Amino acid sequence: MTDTVVTETAVQAVAEEVETVRPPEPRRGLGSRAGSAAVTALPPLAVFAFLIGLWYALNAWIVRPKFLLPRPDQIISDGFMNSLTRQQILDGVWQTSKVVVTGLVIAAAIGIAWAVAMSLGTWIQRSTYPYAVILQCIPILAIVPLIGVWFGYEFKARVVVCVMIALFPMVSNTLFGLQSVDRSQYELFQLQRAQRWTVLTKLMFPAALPAIFVGLRTSAGLSVVGAIVGDFFFQRGTPGIGALLQTYARVLDYTQLFAAIFVAALLGVAMFGLFGLLSKLVVGRWYEPVR
Amino acid sequence: MTQPATPSVATTPPGTLIDFRDVAMRFPNGTEALSGVDVNVRRGEFVTVVGPSGCGKSTLLRIAAGLEKASEGAVTVNTDRIGFVFQDATLLAWRDVQRNVELLAELNGERKNKRRAKADAAIELVGLTGFDKHLPKQLSGGMKMRTSLARSLTLDPELFLFDEPFGALDEITRERLNDELIRLFVKQGFAGMFITHSVSEAVYLSTKVVVMSGRPGRIVKTIDIPLPMPRDPDIRYTAEFAELVGEVSHALREGHA
Repeated sequence: MTDTVVTETAVQAVAEEVETVRPPEPRRGLGSRAGSAAVTALPPLAVFAFLIGLWYALNAWIVRPKFLLPRPDQIISDGFMNSLTRQQILDGVWQTSKVVVTGLVIAAAIGIAWAVAMSLGTWIQRSTYPYAVILQCIPILAIVPLIGVWFGYEFKARVVVCVMIALFPMVSNTLFGLQSVDRSQYELFQLQRAQRWTVLTKLMFPAALPAIFVGLRTSAGLSVVGAIVGDFFFQRGTPGIGALLQTYARVLDYTQLFAAIFVAALLGVAMFGLFGLLSKLVVGRWYEPVR
Repeated sequence: MTQPATPSVATTPPGTLIDFRDVAMRFPNGTEALSGVDVNVRRGEFVTVVGPSGCGKSTLLRIAAGLEKASEGAVTVNTDRIGFVFQDATLLAWRDVQRNVELLAELNGERKNKRRAKADAAIELVGLTGFDKHLPKQLSGGMKMRTSLARSLTLDPELFLFDEPFGALDEITRERLNDELIRLFVKQGFAGMFITHSVSEAVYLSTKVVVMSGRPGRIVKTIDIPLPMPRDPDIRYTAEFAELVGEVSHALREGHA
């Protein structure tokens, strides 16, 4: 038995083992991809069609007076096709989006920084995490008037509402992500006597990214809620879609009200989708959720 | 690097890389993991520690690596170049094979082209050339472990510590990796300390097998394995091999009683 013989068998062994490895993500043809897209899109589309049908039925036979539940085609014709209403709604959504994004960015910055600080020092976590939880438990509606008093009834106050409502998911998800690092991976860094900052930037933070994106998605939706709640209370400055909802409800213009509700809902869905996409771009390459 | 719990007697034989003298380990919760353990690993040796689950064999290795501190006894480590291979491959999911293998050199502050050269060499040593840009999720269990081995090889270790690295792999992959490891042991000339609970793996890999008892772990027997290195895979089917496996198994049973 010589050295070379063992080397050869070893190399051969690698070659065999390598062959049994599944190839990286087989590329499917366009046709089959379109086919599977239809399969995934069909059930929700069927539900959509059913709901629209139900809606027409409710309008035709159940809801009286009829204007309380206008038909979808009325909402489109009177709400969206009416250029004045459309302009109002688009302006409102634009204002609201600015509040939502500003609030979310601030919530994310504070939330991530807070969670990082807590992961670096147990005492920081022990002394401050309870307050993150308490913040989450405060009924936001109870303190919104106070926010108005303190921050004025304009843009700033609306952003503060968004931050307060969107902060907790950022803190808790980031902290969870940072702390879910595998113990032996941590020890691997420890064995090379890596500094805390190195462990944070090269191990804990990248490992936390999937959880951070979960937090961002949740907070994005909540930030939309915060902006609309803010509009209900703060009428100064340039109010957003929330103020429109109130106006339309007050004048009993239900087609316009429904149109505005749809756009507000769409904004939430769009934010959710945006961060889903962003997450896919940033961590989708390597992240493999447990199935 | 010395951890003088008691001043170590200056009688360590030359070439000793790690020396445990009367080491005991008690955890803060009162669990007694090790008691009166004497083990040493010298240059050119591949020492395998076998024992039942929970006998503290991993603890022994973690003490050697400096991840834990022995509560009693003296531990002398005479090298700074220690490689440590964990039970799982512990690869960073967001780094491809090449950047995973580069990691330790990167943590030690080495320049990019230097650490890349080291990584490429190590990747070649474990037979993963061509998979440099693969992400961990695209690799099989065996290939992940190879990557993990390559990562430690970049340290050019004098002493290589293995904490049941192949335990999660299937039998065929495990046997292949055993041969790989022996090839690397012969080629790179590191000394090894290997934890396993597979008796045949222990006999196949080692120059010396240390058998431990159940908790608290004590050393029941140390058995020299006089088989030629590198090992011929067919040696597993010889009478001599079977006898050694029998001897280790007997010692394990005695220790368990």
